[in-house]
Amino acid sequence: MTELTAVQGESSDCELLSFRVGEQEYSVDIMSVREIRGWTRPTPLPHSADYVRGVINLRGTVLPIVDLSRRLGIPVGEASERNVIIVAHIRHQAVGLLVDAVSDILAIPESDMQPPPEMAADSERGFVQSLTIVDGRMLRILDLEAVLPDQAETAA
Amino acid sequence: MSLNILAVDDSRTIRDMLSLALSRAGFVTSLAEDGEHGLEVLGNICPDVIITDINMPRLDGFGFIEAVRRQKAYRATPILVLTTESAPELKARARAAGATGWIVKPFDPAKLIRALHMVAGPGVSA
Amino acid sequence: MTTPDPMAEIRASFFIECDELLEALQDGLVQIDSGATDDETVNVCFRAVHSIKGGAGAFGLDELVRFAHRYETVLDEVRSHRLEPTRDAVLLFMRAADILSDIVRNCRDGTTTDPDAVEPTLRELEALTAGVDEEEEITDFQPTGLSLDLGLTDVTAGPAADPVFEITFRPERELFQSGNEPLFLLSALSALGSLETTCDTSALPPLEELDAESAGLAWTLRLTTNRSRSDIEEVFEFVDGLCVLEIVEAAPASESTLPPLPGLADLSGATESADTEAVEGDSTDTVASRLTLTMPDAQDGPDRSDGVAAASGPRVPVLSADPSEPKDGSTATAPRPSAQGTVTRATVRVDLERIERLVNLVGELVINQAMLSQSVAEAGLPANSPVAQGLEEFMQLTRDIQDSVMMIRAQPVKSLFQRMARIVRESSASIGKRVRLVTDGEATEVDKTVIERLADPLTHMIRNAVDHGLEDAETREAAGKPPEGCVQLSAAHRSGRVIIEVSDDGGGIDRKKVRAIAEEKGLVPPGQPLSDSDIDALLFLPGFSTARKVSNLSGRGVGMDVVRKAIQDLGGRVSITSTPGKGTSFSISLPLTLAILDGMVVEAAEETLVVPLGSIVETLMVRNEDMQAVGPDTQVLRIRDSFVPLMDLGVELGFREPLETYSGSVVLLITLEDGTRSAMIVDAIHEQRQVVIKGLQDSYGHIPGIAAATILGDGQVALILDPLDLMTNATGRTRAGEPRLTLAG
Repeated sequence: MTELTAVQGESSDCELLSFRVGEQEYSVDIMSVREIRGWTRPTPLPHSADYVRGVINLRGTVLPIVDLSRRLGIPVGEASERNVIIVAHIRHQAVGLLVDAVSDILAIPESDMQPPPEMAADSERGFVQSLTIVDGRMLRILDLEAVLPDQAETAA
Repeated sequence: MSLNILAVDDSRTIRDMLSLALSRAGFVTSLAEDGEHGLEVLGNICPDVIITDINMPRLDGFGFIEAVRRQKAYRATPILVLTTESAPELKARARAAGATGWIVKPFDPAKLIRALHMVAGPGVSA
Repeated sequence: MTTPDPMAEIRASFFIECDELLEALQDGLVQIDSGATDDETVNVCFRAVHSIKGGAGAFGLDELVRFAHRYETVLDEVRSHRLEPTRDAVLLFMRAADILSDIVRNCRDGTTTDPDAVEPTLRELEALTAGVDEEEEITDFQPTGLSLDLGLTDVTAGPAADPVFEITFRPERELFQSGNEPLFLLSALSALGSLETTCDTSALPPLEELDAESAGLAWTLRLTTNRSRSDIEEVFEFVDGLCVLEIVEAAPASESTLPPLPGLADLSGATESADTEAVEGDSTDTVASRLTLTMPDAQDGPDRSDGVAAASGPRVPVLSADPSEPKDGSTATAPRPSAQGTVTRATVRVDLERIERLVNLVGELVINQAMLSQSVAEAGLPANSPVAQGLEEFMQLTRDIQDSVMMIRAQPVKSLFQRMARIVRESSASIGKRVRLVTDGEATEVDKTVIERLADPLTHMIRNAVDHGLEDAETREAAGKPPEGCVQLSAAHRSGRVIIEVSDDGGGIDRKKVRAIAEEKGLVPPGQPLSDSDIDALLFLPGFSTARKVSNLSGRGVGMDVVRKAIQDLGGRVSITSTPGKGTSFSISLPLTLAILDGMVVEAAEETLVVPLGSIVETLMVRNEDMQAVGPDTQVLRIRDSFVPLMDLGVELGFREPLETYSGSVVLLITLEDGTRSAMIVDAIHEQRQVVIKGLQDSYGHIPGIAAATILGDGQVALILDPLDLMTNATGRTRAGEPRLTLAG
């Protein structure tokens, strides 16, 4: 249901927020982004998946933080002051995505997006909704629902 | 001139329904919760027609009608009694107290409006 | 926030009103039961049932109407002193009130009420009014579903073949005195079809003696209409007996016999001219002037008055005593009533969600204020500095706001107590005991959510008191007690908490028996020394039941352990006291709200966590000699004469591996609802404080061992433990690898 094409309609442009995870460039629909904030040490949650870094206080709301590099299996250094958290809303849930840096806001025509090719062994598989080319670089458009913590999916 | 109506009933539900039916028919409606309250409100609004319940706390419908009729200004103001019973003796008692007519609860809005026109004229008041 | 259907809104508000009326009814009945026989008390009960019936009729809730009608009839008999409110009658009224509330609830939920539950009481009520002939009235009371299609009379002028009615109408003096106006009746009549009016003024007094309200005029009317005779009679309904009226159906008139219509002349103007002509007189003694009145197309009726209303606007400010005034955009032409004036009881209905939001925001405020305090303290500002003093005032204000906001959700426990009164009635009846419920402190206010979640445990406690607590009548009399047992239910505020007590004047706990059963079931080792309160506490153990004969009340496998769990889930504690021969008393202590928790802020594996204070029995310091190894990697802690399993909070949460040594560690002794205890190792205890509870379920889902989260003064999220969940899933690992001799000590 969050197919961008379905939300945005046929020929319109889709605005994307692009960011860096390790050496790769990803993006999300800017409509689902609520804010971008600096790194805060999260409170770890017991017995959680390794990519769930814990929860932070977002103006009184308890916000779970998903470490995208761990979620996507991209090797990076330890989270630091340079990292940023993208606060995104997916369905009725808010989640913080820990990324290396936010790069740009891009308007991409729907028609320039293509589905990702079948890649059986790729750990990215299932997280990338579509692909596009910007200035000769490949930009991955993230499927936000897929990156949600599994526990939250079962609880929802 | 639209008719000015004072509706007195201790049931919020009935008040709500009267208010809805009357305002939809274009009447100006004032509400009161019992006889005492009705008398308090009466002076402020000079109603063209009064609709009142019988069983109410503080001052019941009979007492209210008698008190209204004692005031010279409302000697001839039409008063409709809202009653759940249509027993003849109840009608007689309401009439003896000074009621003009009665509406059997639960009221049919169309019939209520007809009754109002019957006692107060076809939508135009003096 | 407008509801599209105003009738749905009125319907919803009707059921809220029903709850209020049922409460008033219950109150009244309790007063009558305790000897109040004044007319007003009976009247209140009567009016409550009467109003329920009235509203129910409007929504076509026949089932409710039928029962309420019968009930009302009986209460009317009491009201008119034709029926004595004996104890038995009042008990019947209470049962009837219970059934009435069932029917109301079923009507609200759209479910049907089991006739078997209703009929016996209905028949009992009927039996009380055996002398009153009522059947006629019941059929007379025809509920009409309220439809708001105000198309009004759908009348078009009758075609030529329509029947003609000859009507003779001679008002008497009383007609005018009753506030009726013949002209309006004639105009209503003309709305039914084509009306020919002949005015007979022969009986009029001379002009100088003319009294506006005196009789004298008479009309002969010819109405051509396709409507029935009863429609015509309806017009004259209000003046029945106040006039001479004759309605005769005549042969249909042919169109040509009618004189031309004089147009839409002003009705009163037209009749005036008729009067004038009449006074001038013709040669005959029956002076007749003819005019024909025809209403404009009857469908214009309402529109027309709408238009007038819109043009002239409200003549006076309209008083609307009720905030639930239906909102409806379609009546834009009608003047909107505005709230103003004398309102006996001003309340607003607010969406619970809005209050939740406010509660949350105030929670933020509390957290923010704590963070600010911490920053000020860290900045090293002196306590007498303006900033510190201003902050002090800010803290006071924050606390006041928090209290006020919590008060919005607070409700008196009265509704809960009334439900319990019903439980007492039903449970005592089912086992044939006579039990009286005495309540106290009904006005005590508690958070709405707490009240809702208290209903089940309290129901169980009340049933328990009736079933087990109270002796049967013979035993009571043998012990010199009144045969009727007494259950007391009270509520009070005490030092920031709510105390609810359920006590009975029964035989008290049979401690010998309790002990025997506990030993038999292996709950305590035989011969173990136990104090009286230790024995009483055994009642809270899972599956414990002392009932010799399993009655239909207690035979459902629900024990006091479930009650205790429910109370603890609410952040409360339950305790028991009993005096042999005098009775037993359960005391529940509850927080005023569920949004705030009394917690102990602790540290484990460098994380800050909150442990609910209610689960902590005591805090201890671990000494090596108190620890004993059990199995390869678990240990127990000796506390006085008993051994308690030891667990490391940091290990249980997966934050670290067991430590080399726990000597000198801090231990929280935790007690669960089933009485099992556990010693929880933490690294440090920081403080005891109230925390604002933040749910995790919505944002993340369930986490084992964690109940919720909160935000501490430093802005960090801290998790709140769920001790039960944590302990039931605990590994108990407190030893890494091989057991060490030093630890085994």
